Amino acid sequence: MSGEASTAPKGNGWEPNILAFCCNWCSYAGADLAGVSRFQYPPTVKILRVMCSSRVEPAFILKALKDGADGVLVAGCHIGDCHYIDGNKNAEVRINNTKKALAKLGLDKRLRLEWISASEGLRFSEVIRDFTEEIKKLGQNPVKEVK
Amino acid sequence: MKGSVAVVGGGIAGIQAALDIADSGFKTYLIESRPSIGGVMSQLDKTFPTNDCAMCILSPKLVETARHPNIELLSYSDVKSISGKAGDFKVKVIKKVRYVDETKCTGCGSCTEKCPSKVPDEYNAGMSKRKSIYIPFAQAIPRVATIDAAHCLYLTKGKCGVCKKVCGPKAVDYEQKDKEIELNVGSVVLATGFKPFDPSELKQFRFEHPDVITALQFERLLSASGPTQGHVTKQSDGKVPKKLAFIQCVGSRNLRINRKHCSSVCCMYATKESIIAKEHDPELDITIFNIDIRAFGKNFEEFYNRAQREYGIKYNNSRPPEVIVDANNALSLKYEDFNTGDLKTQNFDMVVLSIGLDPADSTRTLAQSSGIALDDFGNIATSIENPVETSVAGIYVCGVAQGPKDIPDTVAQASAAASKAAALLSGERGTMIKERKFPDEKVLSPEPRIGVFVCHCGINIGSVVNVPNVVEYAKSLPGVAHAQEMLYACSSDSQVTIKDAIAKNNLNRVVVASCTPRTHEPLFQNTCREAGLNPYLFELANIREHCSWVHMKEKEKATEKAKGIVQMAVAKSALFQPLYKQKVPLINKAIVLGGGVAGMTAALDIANNGYGVTLIEKEKELGGKLREMTELYDGKNPSDVLKELISRVNQNKNIKVINEAKLTKVEGFLGNFKGAVAVKGKEIPLDFGAAVIATGARNFEPVGLFSYGKDSHVVTQAQLEKMLGKGISTNNITMIQCVGARNKDREYCGRTCCIDAVKNATRIKKANSSANVYVLYRDMRTYGVMEKLYENARDLGIIFIKYEAENPPKVQGGSVVVHDSMLNEDIELASDLVVLSTPLVAGENEEINQLFKIPLDKNKFFLEAHPKLRPVDFATDGVFLCGSAQAPKLIDEAISQASAAASRACTILSREFIETEGAISVVNEGRCIGCGTCVAVCPYNAPSLYDVTVKVEEVTYTTKKSKINPAACKGCGSCAAACPAGAITAQHFSSKEIGEAIDAFDKGVRSISIGKGVVEVTV
Repeated sequence: MSGEASTAPKGNGWEPNILAFCCNWCSYAGADLAGVSRFQYPPTVKILRVMCSSRVEPAFILKALKDGADGVLVAGCHIGDCHYIDGNKNAEVRINNTKKALAKLGLDKRLRLEWISASEGLRFSEVIRDFTEEIKKLGQNPVKEVK
Repeated sequence: MKGSVAVVGGGIAGIQAALDIADSGFKTYLIESRPSIGGVMSQLDKTFPTNDCAMCILSPKLVETARHPNIELLSYSDVKSISGKAGDFKVKVIKKVRYVDETKCTGCGSCTEKCPSKVPDEYNAGMSKRKSIYIPFAQAIPRVATIDAAHCLYLTKGKCGVCKKVCGPKAVDYEQKDKEIELNVGSVVLATGFKPFDPSELKQFRFEHPDVITALQFERLLSASGPTQGHVTKQSDGKVPKKLAFIQCVGSRNLRINRKHCSSVCCMYATKESIIAKEHDPELDITIFNIDIRAFGKNFEEFYNRAQREYGIKYNNSRPPEVIVDANNALSLKYEDFNTGDLKTQNFDMVVLSIGLDPADSTRTLAQSSGIALDDFGNIATSIENPVETSVAGIYVCGVAQGPKDIPDTVAQASAAASKAAALLSGERGTMIKERKFPDEKVLSPEPRIGVFVCHCGINIGSVVNVPNVVEYAKSLPGVAHAQEMLYACSSDSQVTIKDAIAKNNLNRVVVASCTPRTHEPLFQNTCREAGLNPYLFELANIREHCSWVHMKEKEKATEKAKGIVQMAVAKSALFQPLYKQKVPLINKAIVLGGGVAGMTAALDIANNGYGVTLIEKEKELGGKLREMTELYDGKNPSDVLKELISRVNQNKNIKVINEAKLTKVEGFLGNFKGAVAVKGKEIPLDFGAAVIATGARNFEPVGLFSYGKDSHVVTQAQLEKMLGKGISTNNITMIQCVGARNKDREYCGRTCCIDAVKNATRIKKANSSANVYVLYRDMRTYGVMEKLYENARDLGIIFIKYEAENPPKVQGGSVVVHDSMLNEDIELASDLVVLSTPLVAGENEEINQLFKIPLDKNKFFLEAHPKLRPVDFATDGVFLCGSAQAPKLIDEAISQASAAASRACTILSREFIETEGAISVVNEGRCIGCGTCVAVCPYNAPSLYDVTVKVEEVTYTTKKSKINPAACKGCGSCAAACPAGAITAQHFSSKEIGEAIDAFDKGVRSISIGKGVVEVTV
């Protein structure tokens, strides 16, 4: 279950750093449940709580990528479950547009949008593990290296 | 009279009742016999028909209950007796011994981890083990440990004592004893729930076989928090089952074991569990063996259809008499195939018994000791007109204790019981509640002075994260004036420490690095308030759930991550500003739309709570659908009931009735609506704080179906109801069910039609025993205790014939030809009168939905805020819903809902002011370009555009600006993200605050890149 990386494709022992925007009502609670259930995942992610996934501005994502994140995760309630009726639908449109913009810079794979409910502790840990692996394959955020 | 209420039972019914009563200004005691509140709902994986995660919707209610200043929670406590009279009851309560001091236990779980004794876990229906000292489930409230005295090694054998040794706050106390306390309350609400039927009583179902399990066990198997993390496996060998059967009505609809009732929920929970199981494993083959499928509630029929169509779940209308276990211990079922008439046998890997709802033993004992009457089924007795009133004045009942029902009906009844208790005690409202007083906020120095408190949480954080290291790091961060470690930041002595530190170091921001804000933020916010700091100057850094618990084997990296998390919290908190919930005055008056039985009940309940109500009815007279009825299900005369109700409405000084009136305008928001009513060509203004929609529904006219409209011998059930008022002389009567319902045009089930048909068939047969009465049905849906009407009808000789939707009956002249799906042949029935049972359809709801901007469902009935836990609320605050305007329902259900809507409205009307959210969005007018994007994205209509005149040098022009209504804003921040001009600030989550946190994340990033040999910390 542990996230010890035996082979790091880029750099010796290098591990990615991911910023996760989690909505207060579902995804943050899902991350809490992962903790309560002791589902282990690599220590590659730090969570920033927002009330709704729709709070996440493209500028936040760009800033995170510019300043050092190797990956950005935006996580909200499943469609239909949004605490704010349909905030997550707004988030979906916004994040997908941001992804398109990032594609021009070749950074789109570093941004992920996931729906994680308050009961999906296991899924939260799986998403982090999976995203970590994907970022490992991509290597360090090139923007960060330039900086 | 006492201004307090005791609620007995802490399941969803008790929780809802307690919240409503406490919110209406009464001291409330919530008494639960188990260690945690939550009831059976806490064990459910999902809820039908939306498949919402049960715990996700329940858990916020649990926390709200625990935090409520006017709810005193007595968990792990039994009610021994209730004596006294309305307004002045004495309730004797036994607080059972926990062997753990509730005031000291922090719920850290160190004791349960170390306890060596394992016992079957009742939360997982016995399919996993828990420890002898335990917290029942992760979200338990109160989150304190309880020792199971029957299994504890120390208490049984005097050995062990490990829990006491490992308990940091010294909460374990082996010397504790039961405590008897007496509560003096004005009213009592019974919400004692049910007991799942024990299938070992029915030997033929072989419950002793490990692969024969109850539906509640199957629910646990499906749950991610269950014994197998949601992977369905056989209990016998741990393998994945390929073929699974549900047997319905185990412990329901069974005369032989004296279970005459239908349990109301099993058809739907079996459908739900099947769908979830298929979502987990699409290859799984599932058959549900049933007598009838009773998908009678809102969206149930659609759910049932989806189960067949999209998930391939098979429904077999046959009931295997037994579970067969062969020599190899394999399971099979023998049943009759009604398509061919053959007996068939099928093997199954797993058999799930859909167990019924039995009255709880504790209900019976308490009722007997307190003189409360029970009905024939062992439920607490009530009547159609007063569905939540027991035989003892001042004692009310709700939920399954009153009869089997699903969660939304339970929640509605709970609010209804709350309304009755509050009305009884309305003179004492506010006399026993307390409001927390806090000192004035201190003046903040301009520079941030941040205090950081890093929690060990016993060993929960400290054994993984190097806490002293994190404290040292925190001290080095900009703005931090004080940092220290704590063993348990949430313990009461730590609150004193934090307050002292705030005073001594003149702190103006506080960061606690411990656990999740979702449970602990309010605690620390209150500590800040007690030290004179605005609660919005506080931030939690979650280094437990998001760090120590999920990186248990990577201590160094976890410590680095914890530093990063703290750094982000510190950076963000430096920008925090005091925020205030605004107090907006409100109008303590309500309107009720619709003067039927639901509307009149809602108006009376609100009026009896002491608030003014305007009841608006479009017709000349009050009464609605009840006017058209000639007998109630219990034989009462509806006109007597109606007369009494109308006279009570007319005599009530708080109610003003406006007939032949129509609401034409609504503006404003919760607590402050401004409307207008058109009466006889005049428009009169009407201001109100809350509104109840009770506009009912209308009968479906089956024009063109079964010769209706052409043949005078074909009538609707509603017309027969009227005819039976005078009596009929016809001898051969055939009723056809589901006319205009459960089809392509109208997918839903009419809910009341089966019960109406059975009632009227019985009336005919009782008046004329030689009459031939046939009821042609698809599924008989006489749910709950109504099953007895169906049973009586069959006893009287009324003939029920099942037909298939694909092969409907044919009406030809004086006869009806039906293909009997059980006998598989056509039968011709001589019929002088053909009665078509048609569903209720939505009324003119479009006008009202436009006025209030409240949504309609696809059948044009009103759409409630949440199908499970908010059945009478709208997403729009201050507007409530009841009766058939929501979906077809029986009279007693409409009355319960009406009282519920009244209760919900009274939780608003009883306030002195409306408090807005504190962390809301605000518009910077100078930057706003008036584009209206915020108006488009907001689901609550909080932003609106208004005209402003701008003068720039010589030019004067008019443009639009946005303004956010603080009373309507919920603080999601969607508008701030969408605003193209950056004119909107989502306070507490502003771009600057989040930006600082992202900056800090960057720094944390570098400090964590230890693999590269770079441990760089930039401060």
